Amino acid sequence: MTARYLAAAALACSALASAAGAQTIAITGGKVYPVSGPPIENGTVLIRDGRIAAVGTNVSIPADAQRIDATGKVVTPGLVNPSTELGLVAVGFGGDANESNARTDSGLAPSFKSWDGLDPRSVYIAATREDGITSNVTVPVGGLIAGQAAFIDLVNGTREDMLLKAPAAMVGQINDNQSAHAGARGQLLGTLRSLLDDAKYYASHRAEFDRAQSRRLSVSRADLEAMVPVVQGRVPLLLEAEKASDIGAALDLAKQYGIKLIIAGGAEAWMVADRIAAAKVPVLVGAMNNIPYSFTMLGARQDNAALLRRAGVQVALIGNAGGGDEEMFNARNIRYEAGNAVGYGMSWDDALRAVTLAPAEMFGVADRVGSLQAGREANVVVWSGDPFEFATRPTQVFVRGVLQHDVSRQDLLTQRYKTLPPSYGKKE
Amino acid sequence: MRIAALALAVTVLGCASAKGAQAPAPSPAPSDSGQTTAAGPGALSVPNANPFPSTYKPFPSQPTVIENVTILTAAGPRIENGAVLLKDGKIAVVAKSADAPELKQAMNGASPVVIDGKGKYLTPGIIDVHSHMGVYPAPGVDANSDGNEATNPATPNVWAEHSVWPQDPQFPRALAGGVTTAQILPGSANLFGGRSVVVKMVPARTVQGMKFPGAKYGLKMACGENPKRVYGNRGGPSTRMGNVAGYRAQWIKAEEYRRKWDKWLKDRKGEPPARDLGLETLAEVLRGNIYVQNHCYRADEMAQMIDISHEFGFKIRAFHHGVEAYKIADLLAKEGIGAAVWADWGAFKMEALDAVRANLALLDKAGVHAMIHSDDASGVQRLNQEVAKAMAAGRAAGLDISEDEAVKWMTINPAWAIGLDDKIGSIETGKNADVVLWSGDPFSVYTHADKVWIDGALLFDRSDPRERWRTDFELGFVPDETPAASAVPAQSTGGNK
Repeated sequence: MTARYLAAAALACSALASAAGAQTIAITGGKVYPVSGPPIENGTVLIRDGRIAAVGTNVSIPADAQRIDATGKVVTPGLVNPSTELGLVAVGFGGDANESNARTDSGLAPSFKSWDGLDPRSVYIAATREDGITSNVTVPVGGLIAGQAAFIDLVNGTREDMLLKAPAAMVGQINDNQSAHAGARGQLLGTLRSLLDDAKYYASHRAEFDRAQSRRLSVSRADLEAMVPVVQGRVPLLLEAEKASDIGAALDLAKQYGIKLIIAGGAEAWMVADRIAAAKVPVLVGAMNNIPYSFTMLGARQDNAALLRRAGVQVALIGNAGGGDEEMFNARNIRYEAGNAVGYGMSWDDALRAVTLAPAEMFGVADRVGSLQAGREANVVVWSGDPFEFATRPTQVFVRGVLQHDVSRQDLLTQRYKTLPPSYGKKE
Repeated sequence: MRIAALALAVTVLGCASAKGAQAPAPSPAPSDSGQTTAAGPGALSVPNANPFPSTYKPFPSQPTVIENVTILTAAGPRIENGAVLLKDGKIAVVAKSADAPELKQAMNGASPVVIDGKGKYLTPGIIDVHSHMGVYPAPGVDANSDGNEATNPATPNVWAEHSVWPQDPQFPRALAGGVTTAQILPGSANLFGGRSVVVKMVPARTVQGMKFPGAKYGLKMACGENPKRVYGNRGGPSTRMGNVAGYRAQWIKAEEYRRKWDKWLKDRKGEPPARDLGLETLAEVLRGNIYVQNHCYRADEMAQMIDISHEFGFKIRAFHHGVEAYKIADLLAKEGIGAAVWADWGAFKMEALDAVRANLALLDKAGVHAMIHSDDASGVQRLNQEVAKAMAAGRAAGLDISEDEAVKWMTINPAWAIGLDDKIGSIETGKNADVVLWSGDPFSVYTHADKVWIDGALLFDRSDPRERWRTDFELGFVPDETPAASAVPAQSTGGNK
């Protein structure tokens, strides 16, 4: 691949953080996991102009390249957390800084673009990136249809710089009647079918709609417009469903309407793994959730992800065990989901894929991120050891070819109080 | 996934609890529990220290030797290739090797069950000082939501054990994570949430059957956002200063109550004072017989709670959810107050904003009784992993933390916080035989608890899923886990291993 082609590709990608793009960096000597191919011992990853220029054992390194010795270390694609509120929420509760929930009367918010509220200066971005996560999917919450998710890179830049794909998915849930403003599952699914019917009708009757000659439709024009790419199979519908029978209903719905479905949550997905595999529907699932928190997840078990993989289902990992704020403050902990998935039967390589390439494929950005291949954006992490282990730390994190030098708010607090009493910057 | 409201509900409820403080035994304290048996017909109803006594009996056990195992004792340096003998519910011998003469001597000719621990680790049973299992059971339906008596900001009169549902499916899952003892607390809606109860992770028909015999009660108190949020529109408190006024008003009453009762218990003359369940609990704190377990996030609020404890002459045993404890580690060390914290929870509300992952390590290095806690039925299953995170964060911050030290954060230090460090929390001769055999280094993400013993009885064995403890609720509702993937953890091939 020529430099000219790369430059053109870079231009095509409006979101590229360009400033440091001119640099050439060679990461040498590490064990490289491209994910898209087998691991490479003593491999080299060459980064140029923000992209990966070459990966392998026989890479010629330009004389002007900055060299990073990764001997004894592990090199992977930057990790992807496909279910977060990172950048949308400053404080979970009581802080008046929550941009993740549209709160409609109807429970239907298809036109809600979650990334409109994305804060590129969120203090949690640095803390997440420090732990080797370079991309995430920013997911709205609430209601039956919560709104639109964005796939973002954790670049230091503007909101536009961060957006890799928006919308990356339409987000909804069929797990909780009350949140969906419904009294029963049948009502909830009925509302969803009406919305999909209306979107299909609207897509072929825009002119009638404009002349007020259309049939009565259940939501606004903006909401219908947002649903059109969903019913046309261009934007996936990310539906939270936990119970096996609900997952079945989602599969039926997707088939009936020609929708590209992603199941999220999927506590009982293992029970219907064969059906999910046959429908080629991917699943976002946690690796620590084994508690029957509700009657919709009585079958929750920790080897769910492994059982799904075994059945041939495409799996990406999310944090959903509850409690530890896996969506924002601890979006960084996705690598421990991967480690626990391995502990419960998933292969190590599958687990790495489940936090890199698999989510990239599900959201249609595998040509950009999720693997170490020439032409991909240089989201690359050098780890001191096995990335899933607690004792391991990233030693270098690159986002679109730019080496990050993060000092998170948590780092600042730790430094301030490491010696007591703190000096608060005043000389003794 | 978090789209549903569940996770938030769990977080908000969970973060409500507070732990008590150890009262400084202000005097030769007549326990307000003058008696431990029923008063009997026609007798005076006087305060009874133990009206709901434990009926726990250890499960059947066989003398068991675990040998060739790496022992993290929580009482000193590790023992490589060591051996322990569990006998009659106690740790009978801790030996440097399987050949140690004291082992054979203690067996006295009998042949114990011998378990080869090659490549494995043995630790004390994990103790969680902050749990809502049983009072906020799974499934988390309103009908079983019994953790917060949110009808009055001061409810020292309620006891968590009266809400504990022994068939909560969360209990066997905690056991499978190596937890042997947990303190169940009321939630944190109230300034005074009520009494805690210490239970063993054992199947039982009643909470009495789970209660740790002889364990002290705790008093749950809560600082900060939760009480003022819950009562802000219901007569208050609606501010932090309202919270503090609320604590002091109760302690003033409790002091008067304690004086009257102590006098009557000494003289036994005339009509006894009227009983008040809530003030009985507070009086027991003042006498040093009940530990204050204080939910408190912010450093400045902890310092104020310490002043209140000085004003009324009691002692706070431990602050729970002390996300800012690292800011006053010196003060906590000086006061001898423990700190129970998460490894990495934060920012889910304003008072949790300044959480740092090095909290535990910073506290430990300052000489504080530092411990992990879960507040969460998922987290309780992986407290070893939480400690691993905290240890790694400490090292990343430049603090020298060994595994031998870090293991104390989930064993002997929480044992101290509930006053049971003479019985559990370390692998030492004479202690209760509560031990966990891990498939490998307990601070690796790939490691599982393979076997868990409580009082010498094998309560959990990962290799035998048919014998797994299943609660009544699970029968029929929760499908059996066929020994599929979970029975055979996959070999890690990744990283540098």
